Amino acid sequence: MSEAQTLIDKLWAAHEIVRREDGDSLLWVDRHYVHEGSFHAFSRLAERGAAVAEPGLTFGVADHYVPTRAPRDRIGNPEIARMVRQMDENAAKHRIKLFGLNDRRQGIVHVVGPEQGLTLPGLLIVCGDSHTSTHGALGAFAFGIGASEVAHVLMTQTIWQRRPKRMRITMDGQAAPGIGAKDIVLAIIAKIGADGATSHAIEFAGSAIRALSIEGRLTLCNMSIEAGARCGMVAPDQVTFEYVNGRPFAPKGTAFDQAVEAWSKLSTDNGAEFDREVRLDVAAIAPVVTWGTSPQHALPIDGCVPDPAGEADPARANELREAIDYMGLHPGQKLAAIAIDRAFIGSCTNARIEDLRAAAAVLAGRTSKVPGLVSPGSSLVKRQAEEEGLDRIFRDAGLEWGESGCSMCVGINGDIVAPGERCASTTNRNFRGRQGLGARTHLMSPAMVAAAAVAGHLSDVRPFLAGRKV
Amino acid sequence: MDKFTHITATACPLNATNINTDQLLPARYLKWPRAAGLGKVLLQDLRFDTEGRELPDFPLNRPQWRDAKIIVAGRNFGCGSSREAAVYALYDYGVRCVIAPSFGDIFAGNAVQNELLTATVADDVAAELMSQLTTTPTTPVSVDLEQQTITCGNHSYGFIIDPVRRLRLLNGWDDIALTESFSERIAAFKAADRIHRNWAFPPE
Repeated sequence: MSEAQTLIDKLWAAHEIVRREDGDSLLWVDRHYVHEGSFHAFSRLAERGAAVAEPGLTFGVADHYVPTRAPRDRIGNPEIARMVRQMDENAAKHRIKLFGLNDRRQGIVHVVGPEQGLTLPGLLIVCGDSHTSTHGALGAFAFGIGASEVAHVLMTQTIWQRRPKRMRITMDGQAAPGIGAKDIVLAIIAKIGADGATSHAIEFAGSAIRALSIEGRLTLCNMSIEAGARCGMVAPDQVTFEYVNGRPFAPKGTAFDQAVEAWSKLSTDNGAEFDREVRLDVAAIAPVVTWGTSPQHALPIDGCVPDPAGEADPARANELREAIDYMGLHPGQKLAAIAIDRAFIGSCTNARIEDLRAAAAVLAGRTSKVPGLVSPGSSLVKRQAEEEGLDRIFRDAGLEWGESGCSMCVGINGDIVAPGERCASTTNRNFRGRQGLGARTHLMSPAMVAAAAVAGHLSDVRPFLAGRKV
Repeated sequence: MDKFTHITATACPLNATNINTDQLLPARYLKWPRAAGLGKVLLQDLRFDTEGRELPDFPLNRPQWRDAKIIVAGRNFGCGSSREAAVYALYDYGVRCVIAPSFGDIFAGNAVQNELLTATVADDVAAELMSQLTTTPTTPVSVDLEQQTITCGNHSYGFIIDPVRRLRLLNGWDDIALTESFSERIAAFKAADRIHRNWAFPPE
């Protein structure tokens, strides 16, 4: 009988080709996702005159730069048009399957991968984007890499890695109505800090995780990078198998049955040891918003902006002061009194169908006091939302119903928050200038963004849900 | 890649935690090819106002630190986005070493690929270095990768770096050449894997 192993150990072992004496391992990559921003890596390939080692395991998506409000058939900005064209050309040249701008399956890479059944339990997945951790929700080992590593994976289908430390975050208890995965993960980051999981892989476990849908697990794993983690993952279970079954690129028939047999072994053995364990009672979590410029600046909506004067550590006091100053707030200010200028519902964190439903449940029959944009996670999510009539609810509330892409989460496509404006956002980073120069971002769940839009200020969503089906 | 063994240079203190890659290189410059000169937009929105005028109080804009090749910063330097261009911006500005109590994992991986040393020190060492540099900014700092030491004036400190990354920097290794030396092992792994984990390969 071999030693008890964690899920992380099992996934690592299944992909290890070479282990060097100095501790680095060469790992096999099952899926490599590329996007328009991968151009540095393709240039590297061209310089070397190298080919893509495994075009059949490489998939391209146009998401980072694509317009989400402006027309898509003729891209106005020549730089962006060039980026999208470059991706088309690189995909064609290297025979990579591309979900391009005009493909009905186009969308944000971290939404499209699971949606298409490309992301499966047990796989090792990389992409030149830090939110690749998202795919761990299905029980994959998935992490973001830089351009040099993208070039390395393109040329060899492998990657050198040092084995991460193992952290288990166990969450039990039942979440209160109106509390979603975003609230849970922001509460975790507030607890362990923006570097709390640095050099660790996280396994999310416990009854509260088992109770989460795949959409919720995707949100959770997506944000694990915001705690500094190399990756986040959830052991695959019946919920996972049902999600995967029937998706276009997933195994079919007997192959699927064999896969499920293999995937069923992907869980942490009893008695397996972790380097760090964290526990959380989900029942105690209230809706969470960020007030500052790091995801760790997260507090329950009934809280107040912290007071740097109350901080013993001068470095921490300085950090708080700078964040409060940038955000245009004052110490002690009630979070629920902070007026917003704009709302954004989108991104790889919170733009799947369940997220749009949660926002629509709050917005139905109500009007937003501020302008806002809804950008679905994929073009297929967009179509499904329209079939369900959600687009109507958003439009009737006065919000703009856009196309799919990274959009206002990172603003590279030109959809930005104006300097000094305050945005309630379902995205993942409230960094200074993340949504545009001088933009002020408050992170929260889709339902909380909807509530903030209706109220015109940050608000507890729970009263908005009274008497409504959620 | 060139080899990195040691450096003696001006060091600039950036007394802030969580200096993320969006700060190091704002997203609007991600469309730029490296040849466009990413060094000039390093930390753009902290170094310049919205009109493009230098903010004189920002440490890298002060005469004593303008030419710094070493940066001393707070915890979690380089957290956030995987954009390797954040490392290009630092390197192209002239920075060869960042000293901090912790680094974003992806950033640290990108750094080693581009001859940028990330030297991890204890919180109190970072604070002490920052205070020394603020008092006597002209004191050069020496970082010796072979010995894993940082010297500032009469003080000397150890630092931590992943041993493999240390060897990579010292030897100027090319990862791809290294990997290609294992091509037979890779081919054997793939052949066996196709049998054991047939489900892992997407339908043609």
